[in-house]
Amino acid sequence: MSENNVRKVAINTTINGQEMDILVDPYVSLLETLREVVGMTGTKEGCNDGNCGACTINIDGRIVDSCLVLGVEAEGKNIETVEGMATPEGLHPLQQAFLEEAALQCGICTPGFLVSAKALLDNEPKPSEERIRHWLAGNLCRCTGYDKIVKAVKKASD
Amino acid sequence: MIKVFLPYKTRKLFDLPVEIDAEGNNLRNLIEFLDIKYPGLKQELVDDEKLKPTISAVIDGRTTRLGLIQKLDKVSEIHFLPSIAGG
Amino acid sequence: MVSKAKKSDYKVIGTRPIRHDGYDKVTGRAQYGADIKLPGMIYGAVLRSPHAHAKIKNIDISKAENMNGVFAVMTAKDLPRLTDKQRGNSEESGSEKHLSENVMAFDKVLYKGHVVAAVSANDVNTAREAIKEIIVDYEVLKPVINVDQAMDKDAPILHEDFIGDHLGKKVKNTNIATYNRYKIGDADDAFKKCDLVVEKEVELQTVHQGYIEPHSGTAIWDEDDRVKVWTSTQGSFSNRDSVSKVLNLDVSRVKVTPMEIGGGFGGKIPVYLEPIAAVLSKKSRRPVQLVMSRTDVFDASGPAPGGKVIVKIGVDKNGKMLAGYADIRLEAGGYPEAFIEAAAKCVFSCYDIPSMDIEAYDVLVNKPSSAPYRAPGSPQVAFATETVVDEICKKLDMDLIDFRLLNVAEKGTRTALGPKYRKIGLKEVLEAAKKSDHWNSKLEKKSVNGKVRGRGIASGYWFNIGEKSAVNLSLNMDGTVILTEGSTDIGGSRASIAMQAAEVLGINAESVRPSVVDTDSIGHTDVTGGSRTTYATGYAAYKAAHMLIDEITSKAAKIWDISEGDIIYKDGILSSRTDSELNMTLREFADRNPFGPVVSSASVDLEEAAGGFGTHIVDLEIDPETGKTDVIRYTVLQDVGKAIHPSYVEGQLQGGATQGIGWALNEEYFMSDDGKMLNSSYLDYRMPIALDLPMIETVLVEVPSEDHPFGVRGVGETPICPPVPAISNAVNDAIGTRILSTPIKASKILNTLKSM
Repeated sequence: MSENNVRKVAINTTINGQEMDILVDPYVSLLETLREVVGMTGTKEGCNDGNCGACTINIDGRIVDSCLVLGVEAEGKNIETVEGMATPEGLHPLQQAFLEEAALQCGICTPGFLVSAKALLDNEPKPSEERIRHWLAGNLCRCTGYDKIVKAVKKASD
Repeated sequence: MIKVFLPYKTRKLFDLPVEIDAEGNNLRNLIEFLDIKYPGLKQELVDDEKLKPTISAVIDGRTTRLGLIQKLDKVSEIHFLPSIAGG
Repeated sequence: MVSKAKKSDYKVIGTRPIRHDGYDKVTGRAQYGADIKLPGMIYGAVLRSPHAHAKIKNIDISKAENMNGVFAVMTAKDLPRLTDKQRGNSEESGSEKHLSENVMAFDKVLYKGHVVAAVSANDVNTAREAIKEIIVDYEVLKPVINVDQAMDKDAPILHEDFIGDHLGKKVKNTNIATYNRYKIGDADDAFKKCDLVVEKEVELQTVHQGYIEPHSGTAIWDEDDRVKVWTSTQGSFSNRDSVSKVLNLDVSRVKVTPMEIGGGFGGKIPVYLEPIAAVLSKKSRRPVQLVMSRTDVFDASGPAPGGKVIVKIGVDKNGKMLAGYADIRLEAGGYPEAFIEAAAKCVFSCYDIPSMDIEAYDVLVNKPSSAPYRAPGSPQVAFATETVVDEICKKLDMDLIDFRLLNVAEKGTRTALGPKYRKIGLKEVLEAAKKSDHWNSKLEKKSVNGKVRGRGIASGYWFNIGEKSAVNLSLNMDGTVILTEGSTDIGGSRASIAMQAAEVLGINAESVRPSVVDTDSIGHTDVTGGSRTTYATGYAAYKAAHMLIDEITSKAAKIWDISEGDIIYKDGILSSRTDSELNMTLREFADRNPFGPVVSSASVDLEEAAGGFGTHIVDLEIDPETGKTDVIRYTVLQDVGKAIHPSYVEGQLQGGATQGIGWALNEEYFMSDDGKMLNSSYLDYRMPIALDLPMIETVLVEVPSEDHPFGVRGVGETPICPPVPAISNAVNDAIGTRILSTPIKASKILNTLKSM
């Protein structure tokens, strides 16, 4: 029983294709749930108020800032994080492009950008530079100036 | 003779000229020489028998890392400066 | 992108291999500061002052201590009181006392967000609830929030017992921590001889480094009084030094394991949470982890100083500079160090001026204690100098680049702090700017939709600190090499360090496997900062690689029973001068070698190097109805010495320029009168987003440094120096008026246009 005498809630959710049952405090974000309860730290906390996109994940085909979603809302949903992008066959073309184009410096924003960009390419195979910049406007990067990130997304779309 | 340049602040405190002629085959001896010429100057530069961590010694354009044991051989200019950071 | 070196000069240097840590970083496996989970770990939270300036009368922790789930509560009573002893140069100056008080306030709080207490508990939410139960009795005092207020004769004093150094005089009851002056020649006299004198004053708001990863600190204080720390830091050894100092332990009792770091730019050099985590761990007998919230990062971690800078330059009728004067006033925040020495060093660094007079003030204000931010002090002064230069060119009707070339600093030019430059490449950078596509392209002053356009150019400079680094190498049985080093990797440095070793060893970059290791595992290595890493740690790798070759050839000679002098080592292959049959690869050698593990170790303590100058060209477009400014074209030209991995060099140029663009157009600490930052979130502290920028063109000019075997010049900091003045000059080109305060935001542009 947690401090406020509120019971944890049992939820069933699917993360990166794997179905699981987890116990979640009802007042905790999905970001915190992923990192602390499920133990997947690939999704990062940058601001915890929906302004940097470092915590971007994909829920049922839609990208969201997981800090703005409650853990309990994961019930019955399909969640995709950066950890699910590579397969036994290899890296996702976006991940490969990020490496080849040097689209990361410190790398903390990279998981968020990859999940965001994947959602774009899943729906629009050949976006223009402007479209890419617009789509990624919700992901902050302080290191790169976005130049190589945009180039990497373009490369992956080819 | 080596030309020694001290920070403006130090020149003001000790009423020194812009360039001072000094001698020494290493930095320790040079500073001793300066201290004899201008008593109390050593205390501005040296602490605990080492060059103060807040002071850099630049010898003909190169900052020495060796402190007082730095040998001085065919040297023209020595500048004592505040040492500086970066980010 | 133009690299002037011949491609065939090197095998590895100048290529673009995938960085060794890249796979972990694109898959989410890489562990950053807050990602570490230790068995039994509990969580901490800190209580921060809501006031910008107050005395602490009492702290009552009894309620918090007795809460369910709380392990321990601490205040500054749990820390030793340190002395006024100065810490020295490097990235953290000030006194030991100040270091400790900034971690946790003893008697006074000096900025909103200043830590007063901390709690450890089962989970982070319980800890956050517990800190609300700590009752602090404050006597609120009037704050000062800018240099003018702080320097006023009736200003409230931040440190009653502090003694300021005003040009060598000890001064009490002052907020001016340091006043210093630097003189070359006789500027007063020289100004009288000038045909034109231009003076400008600029004002800058406080800005933050803005790294996306907040600070964290995880620590165990064990039964043997040894402290283990896991943290994101730009310097494991400086972190260890600071932590051990604050806790009054011998340095050897603290071990710092650097996690991957999510941005730093200088701001992750100071320590904040690590000593707190350690003390809580001692009191809780558990590992403790603390992570800052984004608000905490803004409120309480060191921003870059705001302040005021006046620059005055006098020229003769031909445009030759004769005299320069500067008055630099920068905010140190709650504790001394506003980087005024560096500012003085950089203000006239791009020019050959025979007479200079610089006054500089390090001013205490009720804001978080300033931390280094990418070339600390230099962007602030570049704003003033490059504005004056731009104005002189306009008044003399001289070309903006030709004027700079006429007065360019080069080898032998005397700098403001005294020494003469060694080999530098500003001239080459300016010449490249003159030839560049951007500079030679025509800019239509008015666009079709009524927006006005302008072009601006500016230069800037930062040097490379040298200092200490160590590298260890070890030959694997498969002929590859393990490299261990201590420079935390903020932007691809482990790859460039490995590449330098690989170049010497004649093997490919992928065959050298680099790791960044903890303070127990490598020789002392100074911070990843000061644009030193590729230069200094790379140099150590270069040395270690040569030593490894010596080891290999000596053992190979014994294997073949020939003299060492007969061995040829080239491109990873051993052969003999005297017997063409003798031939082995590194792998074969490793397999056959019975003479023990093949290892080498090298260290350096390097002098400061001249670093690289940069010139930026910007085209922007302003909407006269909204004041919004869009950067439509941006080119960064910089002397990089020798680009080891060009992609990461380009990345530094683009990243630094982008931070400068944000600084110029949008970023500021918007303060209430009582000293609180009102925009402490990424929503309102507006950093550039992907939609704000065009592709940023980079031109890598290579004038090799005399101080490194490959000619490397550190590049990381210079790119943030030119953008603010380049943009301000471009705005002036567009609307005919200079806006001389940052940020040059839409509301200012609109107000300026309205008043015209």
